[in-house]
Amino acid sequence: MSHGPCDACEELLQGYLDRELTDAEVAEAESHLGSCDYCRRRYRFEASLRQYVQTTAAERMPAGLMEKLTQLRSAGA
Amino acid sequence: MGEAEPETEGPRIAAEARDRVRFEEEALALADQVYRVARRLVSTREEAEDLVQDTYGRAFRSWRSYTPGTNLRAWLLRILTNLNLDRGRKVQRSPDMQPIEEGDYYLANKMAEAQGEQALDQERVVEKLSQDSIVNALSSLPHDFRDTVVLVDIGEFSYADAAQILDIPIGTVMSRLHRGRRLLKQRLAEEAVS
Repeated sequence: MSHGPCDACEELLQGYLDRELTDAEVAEAESHLGSCDYCRRRYRFEASLRQYVQTTAAERMPAGLMEKLTQLRSAGA
Repeated sequence: MGEAEPETEGPRIAAEARDRVRFEEEALALADQVYRVARRLVSTREEAEDLVQDTYGRAFRSWRSYTPGTNLRAWLLRILTNLNLDRGRKVQRSPDMQPIEEGDYYLANKMAEAQGEQALDQERVVEKLSQDSIVNALSSLPHDFRDTVVLVDIGEFSYADAAQILDIPIGTVMSRLHRGRRLLKQRLAEEAVS
């Protein structure tokens, strides 16, 4: 059974997460994920980490900033 | 003489005013998304607010150089990252250490070691990382890496858009992203399993 560092696949799975792979590479990544338990676990982890970083690091615009930006308009509101 | 005919000049001015108002409205509608990226490129909320204000000031002045129909959010972020580069970026410390690079799965492996391989299947395993640790880890990245990671992971820009915004080749976006994320996970791992 496949276990242990699957170094060759890491880069492929990053591209897969970013949806930046060609169709052929997507097929390759999915076929690997289908057969490698180690990478499948890590892929799921990476996907949830990405999502988590995105939500925790997102900070809404402070109240009042929109007002300041609107005042910068030269065409007038 | 070169004076324009009033009957042709009037409609032209009116059309331009309409285009300008439309541009400003579209740009303002993106302010929250622009701020989100700005906030993670600088250390404090005040700096982010200043940066966004400077960006909109410049955007409103040079609105004619925007090509309607192209990606306005990327256009605004291009102004923002250039302004950020101009202002005080050299003053900020730029880490000169050559970190030992771990693999992409470094954090996953560390968490699997600490909590067992099965723990990785749980969706909530990443929530063991605190919001502060993520924000701190992001801000500790060397600038070039951080800009790329923030644009792609927080701003959700494609590699191609990030390349255009930062004025670097796509291959450089990919390598900075790759190294930046590895570093991020290395820093998170230090905290998560310590």
